[in-house]
Amino acid sequence: MASPTFLIIEDSPTMRQLIRFALNRIPGAQVVEASDGVDGLKKLSSNQVDLILTDINMPIMDGLKLVSLVRTNDAYKDVPIVIITTEGAKEDKERAMALGANAYITKPIQSTALLSTVKELLKL
Amino acid sequence: MCARDNDDTGKKTEHLMRGEEFIDMFRKGQEFTQELLRENERLRFQVIHLEEAMKKKLEAPDSGQAGNASPDLALELAQYEARLGELEARLNEVEAENVDFAQRYIDVEEQNNNLANLYVASYQLHSTLDYEEVLQIILEIIINLIGGEIFAIYLLDEKTNTLNPEACEGVPISEIPRVAVGEGVVGQTVVANESYFNDNPSENLKELYVDPLVCIPLNIKDDVIGSIALFRLLQQKVTFAPVDFELFTLLAGHAATAIFSSRLFTESKRKLTTYQGFLDLLSQ
Repeated sequence: MASPTFLIIEDSPTMRQLIRFALNRIPGAQVVEASDGVDGLKKLSSNQVDLILTDINMPIMDGLKLVSLVRTNDAYKDVPIVIITTEGAKEDKERAMALGANAYITKPIQSTALLSTVKELLKL
Repeated sequence: MCARDNDDTGKKTEHLMRGEEFIDMFRKGQEFTQELLRENERLRFQVIHLEEAMKKKLEAPDSGQAGNASPDLALELAQYEARLGELEARLNEVEAENVDFAQRYIDVEEQNNNLANLYVASYQLHSTLDYEEVLQIILEIIINLIGGEIFAIYLLDEKTNTLNPEACEGVPISEIPRVAVGEGVVGQTVVANESYFNDNPSENLKELYVDPLVCIPLNIKDDVIGSIALFRLLQQKVTFAPVDFELFTLLAGHAATAIFSSRLFTESKRKLTTYQGFLDLLSQ
């Protein structure tokens, strides 16, 4: 994968910028941003996305609903999903993973941890 | 102010560039080590070959040349062994250097991470002149970058000399008590214009409203315009990292100026609309 495309779905512009900063350290990385689940699904259908990074608590459509919709769509069911959230409870993580998320990272994030998770999932 | 921001951004860029240079240097060191390991492997292979060849020659029953060839082989072998010894010593040195580089790489990564957090916080705080948006950005910084779960932003009302909760997270704003300047930890922080860190916070939220985990004055030089009181952290945030204290310092100054300027801008915009309406009325 020469230049992976990432889709960041997050309502906070601060977090979007911080995640983008981290992902831009991957050579050739392309970043697409969305501010909620519905916007995220639109951007997913209009871009060739290699990995999705999504928050859970968002307006209009939350991250868990998005994960379940992506996983039931044949076109995107294999796209890795990383959850980035403030929800640190074990049950929240289990629920997200059961729905089909591939990794679960709690805020505040460490860019090194985020990068190693992403690289591992994309086998970079 | 703008020049100072440019200067700050320049310094951050310079630090990031240095970090990249260091990572590049570390990569070169890694490549060199791998090269040495390959060379080491090649020499070991040659030594084994030579040893075997010598052994065969020595074992040969009536080899008339054995007597002549052995000293040459032995000399060659000794040379290779000496070279191998040198390379092994150099390899050990490089490995030790690599351990040092690896540690420094981790440090640089951490610094990069911290600088990115500070840059993003500063950038977002000054990205708008909309008062409500500025408050929202401060909340986002405390949630996402520091890991605050329950906290409030107090603003000073100079007429009544009280600190009023202006925005909060984790609880309804009606639950956050108003504080008189000088009263309790929040009120005293504003008077002293110094940050407060509680080493032994209570488990009880009501008690934390009086004696919070952290209280930061929002100041523009010596003028305090309010404070940020952090009552509880997210459950996964066990302790503060060094960058959190940097973020608190950044918030104390930058959040204050962002709030102050956006409030002025919003007020002047409102006044302008009023005057414009009045002038329109007169001109009709």
